[in-house]
Amino acid sequence: MMGTQFFWLAKQELVLALVIFLLLIIKTGSRTYSNTSVLNLVNALLLVNFLAGFIAPADGILFNEMFHTNTLVTIEKNILNLGTLIVSMQGYEWLKTHKHVIEFYVLLLSTLMGMFFMISAGHLLMFYLGLELASIPLAALANFDLAKRQSSEAAFKYIISSAFSSGLLLFGISLLFGTTGSLLFSDLPALLTGGPLQIFALVLLIAGFAFKISAVPFHWWTADVYEGAPVTVSAYLSVVSKGAAVFVFVYFLYLVAKPMAAAWYTILFILGVLTMLIGNLFAVRQQSVKRLLAFSSIAQAGFILVGISGSSQAGSASVVYFILIYVLSNLGAFGVASVVSALSGKESINDYKGFYRTNPFLSWVMAIALFSLAGIPPAAGFFGKFFLLFAGAGKGNYALVIIAALNMVIAFYYYLRLVRAMFFDRADQEPIPSLDLNWYPKIGLGICLVGTLLLGFFGHVYEHIYSISIPF
Amino acid sequence: MNAVPLTHIILLSTALFFTGMYGLLTRRNMITMLMSVELILNSVNINFVAFNKYLYPKQLEGVFFTVFIIAIAAAEAAVAIAIIINLYRTHQSIDVEDASELKY
Repeated sequence: MMGTQFFWLAKQELVLALVIFLLLIIKTGSRTYSNTSVLNLVNALLLVNFLAGFIAPADGILFNEMFHTNTLVTIEKNILNLGTLIVSMQGYEWLKTHKHVIEFYVLLLSTLMGMFFMISAGHLLMFYLGLELASIPLAALANFDLAKRQSSEAAFKYIISSAFSSGLLLFGISLLFGTTGSLLFSDLPALLTGGPLQIFALVLLIAGFAFKISAVPFHWWTADVYEGAPVTVSAYLSVVSKGAAVFVFVYFLYLVAKPMAAAWYTILFILGVLTMLIGNLFAVRQQSVKRLLAFSSIAQAGFILVGISGSSQAGSASVVYFILIYVLSNLGAFGVASVVSALSGKESINDYKGFYRTNPFLSWVMAIALFSLAGIPPAAGFFGKFFLLFAGAGKGNYALVIIAALNMVIAFYYYLRLVRAMFFDRADQEPIPSLDLNWYPKIGLGICLVGTLLLGFFGHVYEHIYSISIPF
Repeated sequence: MNAVPLTHIILLSTALFFTGMYGLLTRRNMITMLMSVELILNSVNINFVAFNKYLYPKQLEGVFFTVFIIAIAAAEAAVAIAIIINLYRTHQSIDVEDASELKY
C-alpha cells in the first residue's frame, strides 16, 4: 500500500528534501549568486516549507512501521519548522557576509531532516539514523566561523560529546535488542519485563537522551558549545535540536518504556532536580550573554523533565506546548544576542549597559523574551511553566514542584540582571550604537515578541495539543 | 566443535566499551579520543552481532544495525577529523589542553 500514500505521509520530509536538493543544484551550478539573493530565496523556501506543513496532516505508518506520523507529530514538525525559519531570518546579518551561505543551509536543513526522521521513527534503527543525521552536520555548523579559535574548539567538544552520547545510547539499544529480540517501538512494550539488564539499558538510553537535551550531569558541552559556536547556530542548537530530542524522549518514555515507568520516574526526578539547580546556579555567575542563555537553557531542560515526569496525557501535552513557547521566547533572546554579536561583536552583559537608550526595540524584545523564560505572568512562558508544573504535580510529588518553584526565584535574579543592565544601568563605556537592522531579523524578532506576548492568552492552543497528545 | 559461549563475547564487548570510555576520559590527543569513541561503537557492534547469532538466529536486525553503525562511524570520523584539521590551523596543536579557552 505505498503509492500516493507515501507522498502524503512523508510530505514534510519530501518538501525539505526538495529544498536541500535545490540548494545543492544551485551550489554546483556554474553561476554564482550574491549572498542576499541566496538568502532571499532560502527564506522564501523555508516559509513555503513551514506553510506546507499545515496542509492535510495525515495519520499512518510507512516502511513496515519504520516511519509513523500523526497529527501530533505533524504539529511537532511544524514547531521545528517555525524555529528554523526564525533562526534563519535572525541570522541574516551574520550570513550576509559569510562565504559559505549555501553550505550553511544544506547542513542546517539536513539536521532538520534528521530531526524529522527521529520524531517519526517507529524503530530504534530509524531513530538512531535520524539522531546522527541531526547531530553530525551540527558539529560542522558549530565550526562555521572557520577562522575563530573558539568556534573550532566548540565544534570539537560537540562532536566528541555527541559521539560519546550516541555510543552510550547504542550500547543501551544493543542490550535492549539482546533482552527482547526486537527493535520495533510497537513490539517493545510487551517484551519489556524490567529485568536488571533492561534497567541498565534504560539508564544508558536515558543518558544518551540527557546529552541531547543537555540535562545535568551531561550538560558540560552545552555552555562551551553555545559560547564558541556562531550565535545563530547556538540558537538553533538550544531550540530546534533540543526540542526535537525532547519530543522523541517523551514518545520513547510514554509509549515504549511505559512498562518501566517506575524506574524512569525516579531517574527523571533526580535528573530534573539536579538540572534545574545546577543550571540556575551556574547561570548566576556568568558574564557572557551567550553563556547565560546556555545555562538558562539547561535550567529550562530541568523544568521540561519535571513536566515529563508527570507521566500523564497532561505531561506530554504540556511539554509540546512549553517547547512551542520556548522556541519563541528563547529565539527572541538569542535573536537579539545574534544581531548584536554580528553587527557590533559585543557579547558580555556589561556591554549591554545603556542598550535601551540606543536600541529600544531590541531591548524590549530581549526583555519580554527574558520575562517569558523566567515565567513572569503576562508573558507566555508563565503559562508554559504553569502547565509543566501542573503536570509534574499530577503525580502527587509536591517536593518536585516546590523545588521547581524555588528555582524560578533563582532564575529571576539572573534574567533581571540582564534587564537591569539594558534599561537602568548607566553605561560606563560607550554603549552599543544604534543598530541598523535589515527587515528579515526585524520580522524574526517581531514574531517572537508577538508570540511570547499573545500565545499565553489563546487557551485553545493548549487544549488542541492536549486533545491530540500521547495518553499514558 | 565447541562454540564460544555468549557470556564470553558479552564480557569482551563490555570490556571494550569501558576501555573506550577510559581512553576517552584520559587521553589528551584528539585523534586518540576519536579512536576511543570508535572502540565504544565497535563494542556495540560485537554486542549486536553476538546477540543476533546466539539468541535470535532467524532475524537480521542486529546484523543490519551493525552495518549502519559502521557507516555512520565513518561519517562521524570524517567530520571529526575535518574539525580537528581546522582546529590545528588555528591552535597549532591537537592536544585538548591547548584548546581550553571556553571554561566554566
